[in-house]
Amino acid sequence: MKFLRMKPGHGEVLLAEGDPSMQEDEERLVEEFRRQLEEGMWAAVPVTNPGSGRREAQMVKNYADIPPESERVIFFPRASGG
Amino acid sequence: MLLALLALALIALVLATPLALRRVEQWRSARALRPPRRPAGPFDELYDPGRERRAEQRARELLRSCVNEEEWGMYRDLGFIRVAGRHARREVDRQARAAYAYLVYPHKPIVAYVPQSGQLLSEYCVEFPDLTGSGGRHRLPASDDVLAKWMALTSDEDRVIRRANMHLIGRQLDPARVRRDLWRLAEWERRRGDRQQVPQSQR
Repeated sequence: MKFLRMKPGHGEVLLAEGDPSMQEDEERLVEEFRRQLEEGMWAAVPVTNPGSGRREAQMVKNYADIPPESERVIFFPRASGG
Repeated sequence: MLLALLALALIALVLATPLALRRVEQWRSARALRPPRRPAGPFDELYDPGRERRAEQRARELLRSCVNEEEWGMYRDLGFIRVAGRHARREVDRQARAAYAYLVYPHKPIVAYVPQSGQLLSEYCVEFPDLTGSGGRHRLPASDDVLAKWMALTSDEDRVIRRANMHLIGRQLDPARVRRDLWRLAEWERRRGDRQQVPQSQR
């Protein structure tokens, strides 16, 4: 699983990568996930809707909410009124 | 004559030495007062004119890998993406096509409209500023901005709309331009439909 973050002037940046089934990797991913949310990021996982077959995103607020088969989680700044 | 010139040069050197020493001393004390330079972080780099272009290229690839083929084609050809609204007033409407939809532009308000009539509903001004960005950069690349809006709308439409500032159409976007974009979208879909039907009819 990869953790990517949108970054001004960079495009996406790889924050962490690991196999969630390995305890050491999972601890690292959990730590990074928490850090990004504390920095004010939103996290989303691109998925395919099983009903419509359309691509969409699923917002995740906890590490445990990440769908197990996900290959990547994208962190992006939270929305604010422009 | 040469001896006289050498003597003059020597005198000039002796006279200039205290001035030079004073200058060096001033430079040293100014340097000591300056705050120590931060170690370069992973995002602190020298200015690179090609950086924004490369960032946008990466952002486009990320967007392409997340949205479906139709949405990617729409963005590539027209410069915006249409996202269907999730809410419906009646249960029967949920089964049919979306009652309303959004046009998602890079670094511009999201436009809500009625696909069936083309009526423009409102503008939702929303940004995704990265306040941790270095060097005063807070704005995501254009395609990342579109992807952020797409992810926010398809995952939690209510939350992003609640955070946005809603305005009547025309505050930031020219309604005539939006209507032209809707026409372009309709033409694009018609041509795309034609292209998809050709291989089927050839079978």
